[in-house]
Amino acid sequence: MNRTGHPGLYVHVPFCKTKCPYCDFYSVPETGRAGKWLRAVLEEASRYSREFPRFDSLYIGGGTPSLLGCDDIGYLVTGLKAIFRFDDGAEVTIELNPDDVTKEKLALYRSLGVNRASLGVQSFDEEEVRFLGRRHSGRQAGEAARLVAEAGFAEFGVDLIYGLPAQTVRSWRKTLYQALSYEPAHLSCYQLTVEGDTPFSRLSREGGLELPDDARGADLFLAMSEYLSGRGFAHYEVSNFARSEETVSRHNVKYWQHTPYLGLGPSAHSFSGRRRWWNHRGLDVYLRELGTGSSAVEDSETLSEEQMRLERLLLGFRTMWGVELKDLPGEDRANRLEDLRKKGLVEVRGERMVPTLTGYLFADRLPLMVSE
Amino acid sequence: MKHIRNFSIIAHIDHGKSTLADRLIQYTKLVDDRQFRDQILDTMDIERERGITIKSQTVDLPYVDDRGEEYELNLIDTPGHVDFSYEVSRALASCEGVLLLVDASQGVEAQTLGNLYAALEHNLVIIPVINKIDLPVADVERVKTEIDNELGLDPETAILCSAKDGTGVEDILRAIVERIPPPTGDSEKPLTALIFDAHYDSFRGTIVSCRVFDGTVKQGDTIRLMSQGTTYRVEEVGVFRINREPQKELSAGEVGYIIAGIKTVSDTRIGDTVTVDTRPASQPLPGFKDVKPVVFSSIYPIASDDYQSLLEALEKYKLNDASLVYQKDSSAALGQGFRCGYLGLLHLEIVQERLEREFDQSIIMTAPSVQYRFHLDDGTVLDVDNPLYYPDPGTIESSEEPYIRASILIPERYVGAVMKLCMERRGVNSHMSYPTPGRVEITFDMPLAEVIFDFYDRLKSITQGYGSFDYELIDYRESSLVKLDILVNGEKVDALSILVHRDNARDRAVRICDRLKDEIPRQQFKIAIQGAIGGKIISRSTISAYRKDVTAKCYGGDITRKRKLLEKQKKGKKRMRIVGNVEIPQSAFLAALKTDDE
Repeated sequence: MNRTGHPGLYVHVPFCKTKCPYCDFYSVPETGRAGKWLRAVLEEASRYSREFPRFDSLYIGGGTPSLLGCDDIGYLVTGLKAIFRFDDGAEVTIELNPDDVTKEKLALYRSLGVNRASLGVQSFDEEEVRFLGRRHSGRQAGEAARLVAEAGFAEFGVDLIYGLPAQTVRSWRKTLYQALSYEPAHLSCYQLTVEGDTPFSRLSREGGLELPDDARGADLFLAMSEYLSGRGFAHYEVSNFARSEETVSRHNVKYWQHTPYLGLGPSAHSFSGRRRWWNHRGLDVYLRELGTGSSAVEDSETLSEEQMRLERLLLGFRTMWGVELKDLPGEDRANRLEDLRKKGLVEVRGERMVPTLTGYLFADRLPLMVSE
Repeated sequence: MKHIRNFSIIAHIDHGKSTLADRLIQYTKLVDDRQFRDQILDTMDIERERGITIKSQTVDLPYVDDRGEEYELNLIDTPGHVDFSYEVSRALASCEGVLLLVDASQGVEAQTLGNLYAALEHNLVIIPVINKIDLPVADVERVKTEIDNELGLDPETAILCSAKDGTGVEDILRAIVERIPPPTGDSEKPLTALIFDAHYDSFRGTIVSCRVFDGTVKQGDTIRLMSQGTTYRVEEVGVFRINREPQKELSAGEVGYIIAGIKTVSDTRIGDTVTVDTRPASQPLPGFKDVKPVVFSSIYPIASDDYQSLLEALEKYKLNDASLVYQKDSSAALGQGFRCGYLGLLHLEIVQERLEREFDQSIIMTAPSVQYRFHLDDGTVLDVDNPLYYPDPGTIESSEEPYIRASILIPERYVGAVMKLCMERRGVNSHMSYPTPGRVEITFDMPLAEVIFDFYDRLKSITQGYGSFDYELIDYRESSLVKLDILVNGEKVDALSILVHRDNARDRAVRICDRLKDEIPRQQFKIAIQGAIGGKIISRSTISAYRKDVTAKCYGGDITRKRKLLEKQKKGKKRMRIVGNVEIPQSAFLAALKTDDE
C-alpha cells in the first residue's frame, strides 16, 4: 500500500447548526465565533511549523466544515498553505453536510485545491434521517450527492450509518444501492453506537432506544461487506470501503498505521510517531489558551515499546493490511496463530497476519486473543 | 489479691460491648481523652468496620473506690461470635464474674442465653447490665421481665446504663468491686496459669495472655506448656494497660502476659496450662481441648503466578491465628492452592478479608464445606471435607454429616416463617418455648451444611432483623449425599464441585449454572453449562455465541482509549482460567461460589 510516511494534517471545525443525538464529536451549535476560532487555529498551526514542516494530506473535519462561510474556508486553507508545505498531489478532504451543499460552495472548494469530498449522507430513508436527527431529508441527501458527484472532485465519498432500530438487511442493502448510484469512490459505513454523553445514551439508559444486538449487527455487517465487495469495493478497514487502492482515504490510513499527524482545533489529537497529545475539548478553553499565548494541549502520553506494539495490534486487525507476525509475543505464538487460523479469524500472508471478514467482526478481541 | 477483680463482658452482637469497654477505659483514665478512639480494644480494621470483636483483648483498669481503696480490674474482652466459643470459654474460665449486657431496645437474644449458660458453667457472678437506656425505643421494664423470665436472674440487680453517654458506668465499676469476688489461689504453690489467648508480635514473638491461678512466674523462669511439654525461658512478664507494661512477676489471681521466645502462636494452645519446668504443677487446669475446624474451603490465587506469594501470606497470617489450618490443594481449573479449615463461617470470612486487605492477596475461595463421613463397603470410615476426595459412590455403604443444635429466639409473629425456613433446611426435633409473652425460643437439630449456606442471612431477612441465632455442634447423622459437578462445554470445573444433600442438588445446580451464565462472557461459540451428578445432567444453561465485537470508529482520540481498555483486558486475561476452550473470569468463580441470594 501507499505509505509516503509524510504526516497528515487534521483541522477540527467545532461548529454545527444542530447537534445530532448520536454524535459525541465536539461541536457547539453556533457559528458566531468562527472568526475567532479561525485565527486561533492559524495561531496554533504557526507554532507547529517547525515540528511539522510538510504534509501529504489535509483533512478538514468536524463538526460541520461546510457550515463555514466561503471567506472563512478560503482564509483557512490559504493560511495553512502559507504556514506548512504540502506535497504535490496531497490529499485534501473536506466533510460536507448535505443541506449546506451548493454548486457555488463546491466550486470554491475545488478552487482551493480540495480534491476529496466526504458527504455525510447517513441515510436516504426519510424515516431513518429523522430518527438520526439530521437537519436534511433523505431526498436532500440524494440531491447533494448528485451535486458533489458532478462537481468533479478527484474522489467523492459517502458516509452512512447502519444498525438503526428497524433496519433489516434488505433496507440496508437498499441504502447501499442508492449510495452506489452516485458512483462514489469511497464509502464509510459506521454502525450506530451509543456514545458517552449524548441524547441517545440517555435515551438508551431509560430504555427508549433499542439497537440491534450483536447477532443482527453481524448480519448487517456481513451483508454490507458482501454487497460492496461484489461491486468492486475493497473492505480495507472495518468501516471503510474504497473503489480502488488509489481511493483509500490516505489521511485516515495514517491513524491506523501509526503515521504521524497533527490535529488543530478543539479536541483534536496529534501523534508524532511516539508521543500523542490532545487539545482541550471546549471552544472557550481552546480560544482562551491560544489567545493568552498558552498551549491548547490538554494532555499527552509517550508510548512505550509495548504500548506501541499493542496499538499496532488493535489498529492492524481493523485493516486489510493486518499485523506483522513479529508483533505477536511469546514462545507459543505459532500455536495461537494456528488457533486463530482454525477459527477462521485470520490468514497468513507472507510475514503478516491479516483478518478475515469474520476477523473484522472480532477485531476488538483479536489483540487479546493473540496475547499470552 | 483482694484488690483484684477479673471480669469479662458478654453480650449479643451489637448490644454495646465494645462501647461499654471504651467507657470503662475512659472512666478509669487509662488513656487520656486525646488518645482515645472508639472501639479502642478492637485494633483490627475488620473489627472496627463490622463492629465485632475477633481477638480477645485484655486491659487492666486501675480503680479507686469511694473509700480510697485501689483496685486492679482486669477486663478480659472476649470475641463475640459462636465461631470462637472455645476462646470465649477459656476467657470466662479466667474470670470470677461477668457483666451480662442486654440492649434495652432489643432485649434478651439467642446469644445472650448462650453467653449466660457459658458463664453459669464457670460458676461466675453475673451482673446484668441493661444498656442503651438512652434510646427512645428503650423498654427497660420489658427487658427486666425478660431478664427475670428468660435468664432467671433477679431483675432488681440489673444496672441501668448508657455506654454511649456514660450513665451508670460508675455503678458498674462499683458493682464489679462489690459483687464479684476477688480471685483465690496460692502464690506459694507450683505455677498454674491458663492461656486464654495468644497474639503475635513481629519483634517479640508470641505474647501469651494468661490468668495465673496458683504460683508465680517471672523473668528468667523456664516455663513448660503442659499439653505439649515444650519449654521456654521467660523474657518478660507484665500486664496489659493500653500497651504492655512489664512487671517483676505475675502471681496467683493476676491476669497478664508472658513473652518467652515462642516463635508462633501455633506453638501455643489456647486452654493450655503454663507451669514452671523445675517445679511443675501435678495437674494441668481443667477444660483443655484441641479445637478442630468445622468449615473447609480451598483458597486459590486469582493469578496462578501468585501461588508463592499466597503461601507466604498464609504463613504470616498463621503466625497470629492458630485456629486456621491449611494444606496444599490443587485443581485442574484453578491450579495450585490450599485447603483450609476454619472454626466457622465468620472465621472463614475473616481469613478471606484479612488475606485480601492486610496481605494484599487476590484470591478465589471455593464453596465452604463441612466434613462428611463415609462408611465404605470394605469397612473403612473416610472423613471428607474436600469434594476432590469424594469416594467412588459404588463403594459407599452409608454417609453421615455433622448436625448442630440451633437455638433461635424470635418475636412470636415470625414463628411460621422461621419454622418453614428450618424445615427447608432439613431441621428436625423442634422444640418451642415461650420464655416471655410474645417471644419464642425455637430449637432445631439441623445439618451444619445448611447453616453455612446463607442460613443466617435468610433468618435475619425473614425476621426483619429481630431473629437471633446461636448453635452448638452435636453429632453426626446419616444422610443421603451426592457430589455435584459443574461442567462447562462438557469439561468438569473441579473447583466448583460440591458435596450436597441429594434433595438440594438440583436447586444448587440451577443456581450455580445461572450465575455462571451471567458472568462468563459470551465467546465466538455457544457455551453449555451443566450441573451433573455422576453422569446424569440435572441442570443446564446456555450462553449463546457472540457474533460481533468491534467498535465502528477508531480515529485519533479513540486510539488511546482503546489501548487503555486493551491493557486492562490483558490484565484481566491473566485472571481468566481456561476450562476446555472456554475462558472463565474470576468473577464467574466468585459469583458461582457466593452463598447469598441477591
